[in-house]
Amino acid sequence: MKRLLLGNEAVALGAYEAGVKVAAAYPGTPSTEITENIAKYDGIYVEWSPNEKVALEVVLGAAISGARAMACMKHVGLNVAADPLFTSSYTGINGGLVIVVADDPGMHSSQNEQDSRFYGMAAHIPVLEPANSQEAKDFTKLAFEISEKFDTPVILRMVTRVSHSRSLVEPGERLDVGQKEYVKDIGKYVMMPAMARGRRTMLVEREKKLREYSEKAGINKIEYNDTSAGIIAAGGAYNYAKEAAPGASFLKLGMVWPLPEELIKNFAQKVERLFVVEELETFIEDHIKTLGIEVFGKEYFPKIGELSYEIVAQGLQAAGVKSEILNLAFEDRVEVKASRIPPRPPALCPGCPHRGVYHVLKKLNLTVTGDIGCYTLGALPPLSSMDTCICMGASIGSAHGMEKALGKEASGKIVAVIGDSTFIHSGITGLIDVVYNKGTTTVIILDNSTTGMTGHQEHPATGFNIKGEPAYKLDLEKLCEAVGVKRVRVEDPFDLDNFEKAVREEISAKEPSVIIARRPCALLKRNRSKNPPYYVNTDTCIGCGVCLELGCPAITNRDYVSINETMCAGCGLCAAVCPTESIARGDMRD
Amino acid sequence: MTDTAILIVGVGGQGTLLSSRVLGEVALSGGFDVKVSEVHGMAQRGGSVVTHVRFGERVYSPLVGAGQADFILAFEKLEALRWVGYLKKGGMIISNTQEIPPIPVTLGFQKYPEDIDEILSSTVSTCMVDATGIASDCGSPRAVNVVLLGVLARRLDFDRKLWLKAIRETVPQKTVEINMEAFRRGYELLQG
Repeated sequence: MKRLLLGNEAVALGAYEAGVKVAAAYPGTPSTEITENIAKYDGIYVEWSPNEKVALEVVLGAAISGARAMACMKHVGLNVAADPLFTSSYTGINGGLVIVVADDPGMHSSQNEQDSRFYGMAAHIPVLEPANSQEAKDFTKLAFEISEKFDTPVILRMVTRVSHSRSLVEPGERLDVGQKEYVKDIGKYVMMPAMARGRRTMLVEREKKLREYSEKAGINKIEYNDTSAGIIAAGGAYNYAKEAAPGASFLKLGMVWPLPEELIKNFAQKVERLFVVEELETFIEDHIKTLGIEVFGKEYFPKIGELSYEIVAQGLQAAGVKSEILNLAFEDRVEVKASRIPPRPPALCPGCPHRGVYHVLKKLNLTVTGDIGCYTLGALPPLSSMDTCICMGASIGSAHGMEKALGKEASGKIVAVIGDSTFIHSGITGLIDVVYNKGTTTVIILDNSTTGMTGHQEHPATGFNIKGEPAYKLDLEKLCEAVGVKRVRVEDPFDLDNFEKAVREEISAKEPSVIIARRPCALLKRNRSKNPPYYVNTDTCIGCGVCLELGCPAITNRDYVSINETMCAGCGLCAAVCPTESIARGDMRD
Repeated sequence: MTDTAILIVGVGGQGTLLSSRVLGEVALSGGFDVKVSEVHGMAQRGGSVVTHVRFGERVYSPLVGAGQADFILAFEKLEALRWVGYLKKGGMIISNTQEIPPIPVTLGFQKYPEDIDEILSSTVSTCMVDATGIASDCGSPRAVNVVLLGVLARRLDFDRKLWLKAIRETVPQKTVEINMEAFRRGYELLQG
């Protein structure tokens, strides 16, 4: 019976059915649910790794040993894993190896909009791209077949709208692929220059064979219709194009690297005008141009952000494609003359422990190098307490670099903030650098005891593994001390006075220091304490707005300041900052 | 009933995802091809969220395009206004009357529009429901999503039993009774 599955759930099901034995990942939107769902199946070893590089190394080892293995990550995670990625292409595999990478066109939850298809081209690794959940499952299984047939890792490229869309999937049975025999082969698995040179030759040969495969692969298919316009598209972009031009001819690509050049040439000859509809970069378009084929693409469809049905339809209309083969429903949209609609940016949740930290950092007017997580929201008004956010772990190195560049001028004015999971992912190396190179940076580890933004995944310092089983709990204090930080202290970010005192002391110290701001995420079920909501005494409230400066979504100000009882988490931070003691706990009400 | 497109809009944390799952399951058991596009990650933290649900004989794009929505189910009034351009001519907006001011309004940078009801009702077919009030009556203000589903269900051609089954299977066990009542109240609300 068909099931309505997320693209990510379908990839997990595909991995299960393909007989995957080992899976590893670091959480990252929009890829997280793949690994969470793999963890629900029996017969697969699965882990949250500290970062994507480790995850890929774990599964590469598993594949070399003869098991089918899979690593999952978001696009920027593949940057972290790029080092093993490139060389895994040289070693090839033994048991099948698939790397799932989820791009985020539109940057719904990401710091950049990179196009991971280029990794396939650069590393000579084939790339498959599904358009819906059924394909996500089928392509996952096919990826393992290709991997073993051609002795190569395979990239399965997802995008947010395929990962996070539900569509129908027909489940199947798990294959019993067993474990292949491992044979020691230093010419294949030890990549030092003499051996790597030989493998480099293999790489080029393999890619030729993969291109031949791509020509005949059933997942690259032509759908002839009206031939005045022919559209080449893959993945999510195919869906939009198909809807925008139901009457046009299509070459739907399931394999986007290596591209089937002959198939493309044949298709181009049969249609009057050729279009490429693809999100982000001109990956397919540029390649077709190198074949000497006239093709239209980004002059009609934007490079920036996600595509949609109406964007593609408008582009094709602008290109002069006859309206008979287009779906122009967007012309029927309702026009509303509305006054200015205020935006609704995301915000730190009511009860979020980070709010206390940012309140103090703002008060002390510090320069704050930030990092990747929920806490990046502290950059937005009214907290406005972050100066930089680049990539996982960058906060510490950046703070150190600023201090070294500015010298005495910067002394006591810069702090780095980084989440607990992010610190383990790639902050620790930055901290080693600070100590080793005589920095004086103060690092605040925002320890909310979970991986918050991606939906509460365990990590090495939570004391649990992905299956929820007890695991060794990494001791962050000891870890920081072990790398040579002498000033390590743990503080409660809701104890504002003490927290401020701690920050003042540590930024004035002439050596590296770490403050672990420890309080569990307000949404974390196992730590959630049920505090009663607070209320505002309107008789004494003077409307000064100090509480509003906390940016708490539960506090509103329309004619008078009030607290939304259902949203309030009862953290009491607003009461702590109120100068007239007009905010109190609901159960203290007279 | 073919090719139906529904946009579910609200504020992150209001339970839009649950309602899209229920709706998707109902359409699936009704024998349709279904696509549901969800929002995960940063936007869930109190931001404006939109979930797309489409069903019909064959659905390609998981996104409801501008001018394609038959219904917009809004959990919050400002969000109804924000997305109304996605409605097709003749489409209907079903909106909760609750107002949740976004941070720029709370901080006094911008005003919460006062005339949303008039703008909507003068432009499109509108059904305003005090879903938060009804949900609270049923025992939990969090059941807003199911109240609104009830209102929507009355306007779609699926058997009521399919809805009850999908809700029972989707909501947390201990809230089944509250949600059943919430659905009933929404379903039986004769308005708009």
